[in-house]
Amino acid sequence: MNGILLNIDWPFLIEKLVLIAIVVSISLVVAMYTTFAERKVAGLLQDRPGPNRAGPFGILQPLADGMKLFFKEEIIPNFSSKALFVLGPGLAMLTAIMTSAVIPWGDKIILPGGREMQLQIADVNIGILYVFAVVSLGVYGIMVGAWASNNKYSLMGGLRAASQIISYELALGLSLIALLMFTGTLSLKEMVVQQQQGGWGGLLSWNILKQPLGFFIFLVCAFAECNRTPFDLPEAENELIGGYHTEYSSMKLGFYLFSEYVNMFISSAVMVTLFFGGYDIPFLNEANLAVNTAAILGVVAFFIKIACFLFLFIWVRWTIPRFRYDQLMHLGWRIMIPLALFNMMATGAAILFFNK
Amino acid sequence: MNIQTILFILLSILSVGSALMMMLSKNPVKSILWLIVVFFSISGHYVLLNAQFLAVVNIIVYAGAIMVLFLFVVMLMNLNADNEPVKNYRLRLIAIISGGSLLLVLLSAFMNVQQANPVLLKTGDGGLIHVLGMTLFTKYVLPFEISSVLFLSAMVGAVVIGKKDS
Repeated sequence: MNGILLNIDWPFLIEKLVLIAIVVSISLVVAMYTTFAERKVAGLLQDRPGPNRAGPFGILQPLADGMKLFFKEEIIPNFSSKALFVLGPGLAMLTAIMTSAVIPWGDKIILPGGREMQLQIADVNIGILYVFAVVSLGVYGIMVGAWASNNKYSLMGGLRAASQIISYELALGLSLIALLMFTGTLSLKEMVVQQQQGGWGGLLSWNILKQPLGFFIFLVCAFAECNRTPFDLPEAENELIGGYHTEYSSMKLGFYLFSEYVNMFISSAVMVTLFFGGYDIPFLNEANLAVNTAAILGVVAFFIKIACFLFLFIWVRWTIPRFRYDQLMHLGWRIMIPLALFNMMATGAAILFFNK
Repeated sequence: MNIQTILFILLSILSVGSALMMMLSKNPVKSILWLIVVFFSISGHYVLLNAQFLAVVNIIVYAGAIMVLFLFVVMLMNLNADNEPVKNYRLRLIAIISGGSLLLVLLSAFMNVQQANPVLLKTGDGGLIHVLGMTLFTKYVLPFEISSVLFLSAMVGAVVIGKKDS
């Protein structure tokens, strides 16, 4: 028994566990304050103050919301299958958080003992495929919950969510293929390193400049995958009461609503990593700084970029009205997928032409 | 016993257990969810064999796409344990005999298989994406392209069947 315990690389295991705990709690806190930002920005766009009662500037509002959800009565419908009803929100949350494992949050830092620690939970050589796999699982939380509710509106919402996510996944994958064709790697860490070296302070090597169309397709599909307006058909109130979470109450409803914000945070992080240089700071040569300073500045830069994307998500929600369902499907299959295919071929042709 | 052996045993218990649960649960939706757990544990086995690409593709294709369609169909048809037709005695007997003989054939085939070399665990790079890509697009490029044409024809066929007016 002792031999087994000695065979495990304990410092490595502890380091990774601590990192996982930190990343998950940061994701949750950021998601919590994104709900606050959402209401504040909505207030700004609609010319009203937004929440401002709880604490200075309403800064404690997310805590108050969370408390309210926790103390609400929990109702489980009689005719639902209980285990699956509880499983649904849990799955939604789990798949939302799982993606954070492969995102490089920053460069390495050196711990006091001289040990190097990568600010990434797992640098697998198929990072982006892992993201893709988890995204494709995201639909289960909604479908299981919707079916277990034993309610026609919920079921309709779940089916809508499933077909929407499957449809936009295709365009998402195709837009990524074009990106992968010239990065030549599937590891997110390597992609960031590639984007750090380039002309004009590193800005010229950001993938957004090489793949503007690919980025646009990815962005639209990310909105659809997160069920954000204008693609929030699965919970369209005026047609489906509340969609897949009609029967949910208390913190289980909270989990569904909250997983949407975690999804937004993580997909912003993925977009920044893929197209906007990840933790790269433009016009700054990280090699000139001390390793730890560079890493911390990198993390700060990464989060600033993510915050810009979160603002974009919120901005779009309060600007663009919801699509009709057939328009959504038309956009996905007849516009996004052909566009992504065209982008793929154009990229391939360009690579062949210029790399001669 | 090192950590890989422990993981292997845990994953095997998980995969066999969830496969049994898949067959034994009466509710088709629960069966599908258990089948997804089976795919996950099999992907775990692939990771142990250092075939990360295969592991992730297994999840994308089976757990992420095919099982969603299964779930879709089951939910739309509203299959429940209550309205499932009771199969008669003779049909059950035939099913047991045919299933049992399949098991027998599989068992006898697997008895002769050489045990995998445990040294290969976590060391071979055959499952990594660069090696896999090189093999697929040089040595096996013709079968690869033919199978993609096959998929294309299946897709066209589905569209033709799915069109209402023709």
